Amino acid sequence: MTANPPFTWNLIEDVRQLFEFPFMVNALRAGTLVAIVASLIGWFMVLRRQTFAGHTLAVVSFPGASAAILLGVSATYGYFAFAIGAALVFAVLSPAGVARSRTEESAIVGTVQAFALASGFLFISLSHRNITGAQSLLFGSFLGITTTQVAVLAASTALVLAILGFIARPLLFASVDPDVANARGVPVRLLSVVFLLLLGIAAAEASQITGSLLIFALLVLPAATAERLTSRPGMSAVLTVLIALVVTWLSLALSYYNNYPIGFHVTSLAFGAYVLARAARVVTGRLGTAGVVQ
Amino acid sequence: MIALLAVPNPITGISSMLSYDFIRYAFIAGGAIAIAAGLAGYFLVLRGQVFTGDALGHVAFTGALAALAAGVDPRLGLFAATIGISVLLGALGPRGRADDVVIGSVFAWVLGLGVLFLSLFTTSQGGSNGAAGIRILFGSIYGLSSGQVWLAVIVAAVTVVALLAIARPLLFASVDEAVAEARGVPVRALGYVFLGLVGLATAEATQAVGALLILGLLAAPAGTAQRLTDRPYLAMALSAIIALASMWIGLCLSHAIGTWPPSFAILAVATSFYAAALARSPLRSRLAARHEENHIELAGDIRHG
Repeated sequence: MTANPPFTWNLIEDVRQLFEFPFMVNALRAGTLVAIVASLIGWFMVLRRQTFAGHTLAVVSFPGASAAILLGVSATYGYFAFAIGAALVFAVLSPAGVARSRTEESAIVGTVQAFALASGFLFISLSHRNITGAQSLLFGSFLGITTTQVAVLAASTALVLAILGFIARPLLFASVDPDVANARGVPVRLLSVVFLLLLGIAAAEASQITGSLLIFALLVLPAATAERLTSRPGMSAVLTVLIALVVTWLSLALSYYNNYPIGFHVTSLAFGAYVLARAARVVTGRLGTAGVVQ
Repeated sequence: MIALLAVPNPITGISSMLSYDFIRYAFIAGGAIAIAAGLAGYFLVLRGQVFTGDALGHVAFTGALAALAAGVDPRLGLFAATIGISVLLGALGPRGRADDVVIGSVFAWVLGLGVLFLSLFTTSQGGSNGAAGIRILFGSIYGLSSGQVWLAVIVAAVTVVALLAIARPLLFASVDEAVAEARGVPVRALGYVFLGLVGLATAEATQAVGALLILGLLAAPAGTAQRLTDRPYLAMALSAIIALASMWIGLCLSHAIGTWPPSFAILAVATSFYAAALARSPLRSRLAARHEENHIELAGDIRHG
């Protein structure tokens, strides 16, 4: 990476530099797709308070990819097969199914996650892959994204967004008030299964770029930030996507220039935005109450 | 497998296995860690704080790597990070319990920091120590020294004694927070102390099963125990026993099947226990529910008829 050109204060020149190399162009394309789909799905995940299930679906991609490597097939199959499989397992074991309560559901989710990660470790050991391989599965790499990968990403993003657009209204209703939605004839349980599947697909797709452990940051942080800034659903969904895009683009540019891992940049920038949003909320809250007192 | 076939008598097999120092160490340290994790896990599941356990595992990874990158003993970073963050997570929520979204936001970032430390550490070591990251994530129970075993046993003992000491009020506060608070139980302080103890148990367990897998040792035995009984103290004991059994059976399995890493074997056993408990009870509860339904229908028929 020493061949990287130095950062200059001529920003237009810098941006032109970024697009010079095909690998950067592919990384930007893939990053954009991942940011859009992960943040939108994450918005619903945060609204539904399903962060634990979301995190688990995200890390399940690690055993998926390592199983695929062990079997000698493309890692993409492994990512999708495991994420969709885990989403179905959750659907069966959810409180509407086997679990007796949300507390028990969380014990199940935790067990599934730990077992999935342990299996990933087993597959890695069985396939005698070197350590660096395992690390790139866990922490991702934006270098060497192929044009085929970008095409697969684009297709699955389109699929997820189309389904999400189709179910968005009833899903929003079912997420905000499941009891009333159920009484009005909204298929709450079916919607929750479909949502988990979408979450699985989005996580599988994003993991290939950000790695299994860091996709969670893109799922939760932009949505949590937007939630602090506005309570209007449409507005906060738009904000979520915007934050995710800006964070991803900036992170790619930063990693290009300073060689620190992209995961560190994505999580730190997104967390910075979240902390700012919280602080702004506290400050405006104080001002608001002060105004009321006067 | 060959070792297993060559020794048909399991008792001789186990005694020959235990003649190795490193395996004896693993059994002693692993056993102590499992009991502490099983006990802490019981309350974690009861209080609906499993996600906090998940977060602490990831924090442990960052703590250990930060210490490695700074050139100090990784255990220092482990304990400082897990205990510090667990108290912070308590402070971020009402009554010492943070919202899942807050927890997720914090640990997503902490994990990103871990990646930074991993890259700093690997670069400073010229790439030769890339295995350190994987060891922290997935554990290395066969690599413990006798000093580490002592530390593990002492830390586990402290955790267990402290948990048992606060068990009664903590149980009360977990089951009915409002009533406990009204009766003068220091609910918030208990929440902090409990999270600190979970942090302690997590940091210690990271050495055995790894930062990513400790969640399983916290969640699976506790979930199994709560499926098997509704009586709190019995469930507490069961949870610790199941965790211990998972640990020891897992270690034996990984010794017998050479290709299984110990942390996978331990979690496979713990997960099987939970799966068996889940498969066993819905059948019974469904039968019971049907029974009850019939009764209600019958009662309704009688009333209307």
